[in-house]
Amino acid sequence: MATLNTQPNLPAPDDFYQELIGLHRDLTEAQSALVNAKLILLLANHIGDAAVLREAMGAAREDVAQDA
Amino acid sequence: MKTYTNPVYAYERSPDQDRPPPRRPVIVIGAGPVGLAAAIDLAQRGVPVVVLDEDNTVSVGSRAICWAKRALEILDRLGCGERLVEKGVGWNVGRVFFRDEQVFEFNLLPEPGHHRPAFINLQQYWAEQILVERLADLPQAQLRWQNKVIGVTPKRDYLALRVATPDGEYDLTCDWLIAADGARSPVRTMLGLEAEGQLFRDRFLIADIHMKSDFPAERWFWFDPPFHPNQSALLHRQADDVWRVDFQLGWDADPEAEKQPAKILPRLRAMLGPKAEFEIEWASVYTFQCRRMQRFRHGHVLFAGDAAHLVSPFGARGANSGIQDTDNLAWKLKYVIDGVAPERLLDSYDRERIAAADENVLSSTRATDFITPKSPVSRTFRDAVLALAKQHPFARKLVNSGRLSTPCIHTESPLNTPDRPGETFVGAMVAGAPAADAPVTGQESSWLLDYLSHGFTLMAFGDAVPTDVATALARDRIPCRIVQVGGRNVDGRIAILDTTGLLGERYHARPGTCYLFRPDQHVCARWRSFDAAAVRASIAHATCND
Repeated sequence: MATLNTQPNLPAPDDFYQELIGLHRDLTEAQSALVNAKLILLLANHIGDAAVLREAMGAAREDVAQDA
Repeated sequence: MKTYTNPVYAYERSPDQDRPPPRRPVIVIGAGPVGLAAAIDLAQRGVPVVVLDEDNTVSVGSRAICWAKRALEILDRLGCGERLVEKGVGWNVGRVFFRDEQVFEFNLLPEPGHHRPAFINLQQYWAEQILVERLADLPQAQLRWQNKVIGVTPKRDYLALRVATPDGEYDLTCDWLIAADGARSPVRTMLGLEAEGQLFRDRFLIADIHMKSDFPAERWFWFDPPFHPNQSALLHRQADDVWRVDFQLGWDADPEAEKQPAKILPRLRAMLGPKAEFEIEWASVYTFQCRRMQRFRHGHVLFAGDAAHLVSPFGARGANSGIQDTDNLAWKLKYVIDGVAPERLLDSYDRERIAAADENVLSSTRATDFITPKSPVSRTFRDAVLALAKQHPFARKLVNSGRLSTPCIHTESPLNTPDRPGETFVGAMVAGAPAADAPVTGQESSWLLDYLSHGFTLMAFGDAVPTDVATALARDRIPCRIVQVGGRNVDGRIAILDTTGLLGERYHARPGTCYLFRPDQHVCARWRSFDAAAVRASIAHATCND
């Protein structure tokens, strides 16, 4: 079973980061939220592996969960 | 209404009101589709049944309109499928629009070689009227209109009922009570029971309109259409040129105001265009809930349909699943009443139909979360899916305007016999699955399912079952009918031919292959060769006699 790769995997990290921020240039908050949601859906479909996606969702939520 | 006049069924005084009434084996409360199906099934199986309904007519307004293939197959067994199909409107195609563009299309047209289509649309009042007429054919059944149950008292092994009628109250007793008295189930309340779940904070306008139109008989669903911004809408054809229209209104809408023609007409005009000619037949504003009772069996009371479990309308999982409840229950109750199966067989009703209800609640909740997003981020993802769906095929799979009713496969049922080690089968006909139909040639019918409509049935491919063994099985305490597919020696057996090969294909059959079906047409065991002892053991297992 595949697992989430959290080791460096982006060939040009600074380029990617700049593009990601640039993607949102001149957008309202709502528009940005929509773009992010579309991006997540596109990437999730590309990954396709439910276990990897679940692991990624868990990692994303880590330290963010509100205390009950 | 222009196209339908509700029949008025006369109240008749029963002799039970003037004497100490005899104990009834089964009383059904509620003459909706579910209560009627239960009563027909039991009466057909020879169980005397009394149905009590507080009203004097069928459903007012169309309510449940989509009848799924499995429900139609059950209604065939109950002797009224054909009438529903004749009166109804067949459809296969559904389209989903986002703003002014189509983003998704599905075609439910099944593979060829099934008697019944994926769906027909027919107003609930028509379906109920057909069921009422069918019930009237059955001497074992009585239907008492304007008999309102106002008290239910569980005794040790029976129920005592208090019934109010236009000319006074009377008492009844019964061994078993089927509560099919709807979403607000007074029986549930009288017994202090609850159905737990969630209410969705949204309101919908539902309207039937009479309209001559060239619109195809398809299910059209809109998210955020230009004629109804930020909300959803649905258009679906029914019989007699009546169309179902559904408008999402939002939680803050005023239900009384929204029901008024002055509010409805502009909405319809915007949707249907300036030239459409239509009349409103019926309108209502509803909210919906997804919930179910913790158990459907409470001693000698059995809950079925909306009384037991409630879902949103998107997916047509209300009446369709309720009819499947009664399909599951009637044969079990018959065997228990006849004393050939122990009462705990009824616990399998609970187990199997709770699994089905959970499947339906899950499906319905997911559809509702998509149609009525509960948070800004949920709304954002929903809109993202719809935006992507125009361009990208993967996103169309995420668009959810209701996943339409399919029967539950009871793979985890305690009544199933597992396959023998080493015997492998391919395909969908696992233990717990409802039988797949197939065209056959034979004396009784040209469809397989009609041969599986009696009690337990063993379908054997080829000359697998010796004649004397077939005769003996048919004479058992719980009889088993043999249907032989092909083969030479057909004396004294029901013989069918698989002229198209579809039957063998759907059941992955080889010479000698045998399938055992329950009286509700679900597979409960299968083998690659016939073994009378194994058949008897599986019937005993499926009736809790082991």
